[in-house]
Amino acid sequence: MSDPIPYRREEKGAQPPSLYPPYVSTLKRAPRQPLILMPQTLSEVTGPVYGHDKVVPDDSDLTRQHKGEPQGERIVVSGRVLDESGRPVPRTLVEIWQTNAAGRYIHHGDQHSAPLDPNFSGAGRTLTDADGRYKFVTVKPGAYPWRNHPNAWRPAHIHFSLFGPSFLTRLVTQMYFQGDPLIPLDPVYNGIPDKKAAARMVSRFDLEATVPEWALGYCFDIVLRGREATPMEH
Amino acid sequence: MSGQTPSQTVGPFFGFALLREGHEVLVSDATAGERIVIEGRVFDGDGAPLNDALIEIWQANAAGRYDHPDDRQEKPLDAAFHGFGRCPTDDSGRFHFRTIRPGPVPGPGNTLQAPHINVTVLARGMLKQLVTRIYFEGEPSNADDPILGLVGEPERRKTLIAKRGNGKNGTYTFDIRLQGPGETVFFDV
Repeated sequence: MSDPIPYRREEKGAQPPSLYPPYVSTLKRAPRQPLILMPQTLSEVTGPVYGHDKVVPDDSDLTRQHKGEPQGERIVVSGRVLDESGRPVPRTLVEIWQTNAAGRYIHHGDQHSAPLDPNFSGAGRTLTDADGRYKFVTVKPGAYPWRNHPNAWRPAHIHFSLFGPSFLTRLVTQMYFQGDPLIPLDPVYNGIPDKKAAARMVSRFDLEATVPEWALGYCFDIVLRGREATPMEH
Repeated sequence: MSGQTPSQTVGPFFGFALLREGHEVLVSDATAGERIVIEGRVFDGDGAPLNDALIEIWQANAAGRYDHPDDRQEKPLDAAFHGFGRCPTDDSGRFHFRTIRPGPVPGPGNTLQAPHINVTVLARGMLKQLVTRIYFEGEPSNADDPILGLVGEPERRKTLIAKRGNGKNGTYTFDIRLQGPGETVFFDV
């Protein structure tokens, strides 16, 4: 069997180091030994095709998962999942999670004193369509304090988890909101060395995606690692 | 050309979104192959267990075929095995998977890889995931595995080999040390 067509390597500057001391928790969790560079084999260029049977339409509308509507500013978050050549990644699972409008996760470990919202869980999932498009309806998450440094606050964000077509395209990231004054102060965001690359995580307010009299639209495209081009490709 | 979206930490509060019951069990009664249990703990640089890590695994079936369109080997697929598992660590840093021992799969060139399971580690304090592999103690083909062979020091190579459980048939132990003495080998893929 011939060797598989490899995926492009991590883009320098666009991906964070494991050790980033301003994000204090990395100090004890980052390996000290260098990673061992290895060729991509069948084990890496394959990956889970996961969860398709379990996604239902209501999973992508986080405002309709309870009896009543959640508190907060209703938003529509949409975009495309693409590879580095700009090709859509169809039928791939996108999972999101976030705080409620007050900045509190439903997770039992979240001790922030902000109120829980009985009408909001903050978890959603969907599959991209044939053009790589996805859409979630939710409420804008709140900022919240954390203990990384004195008076530390995370900017409002939505966590995204994607699989893409292989083990190598697995991506967990966070989506931020344009104009948030907490972004430049955030050690998680600032862990990305290339500032232009970091800005790819900031969603864009989009009047086109805004639904009149109902919800603001934010656009967030996600680019996964793509394959090396092959000379034979048509 | 579009630039890659950067990775960010999974954070501590993914449990209500990413976990579904039973994802640590990859097998059903109909699955072909030798049943195994992989159990282990995840430790930080102080030797403290991580109670908020997420371990994901991806593996071939008992015949050595991945349930994926890019695997075009003429080996049978198993309708009762898909090869993906996900398990959060508990308060003592422990995770476990119930799966089958994978068959060998092709490696670079004309090599054959020893049976292994691909592992992704995600956690708070990790801006991006780490990738490692589980091999099996006592497997003769480990000696010729092209990826294990990339790890120069024998002591480090051992961090990739799951140990047979004491007295428990089919149980293997695989601890993950993120940093410090006995640090697990992680790969740049």
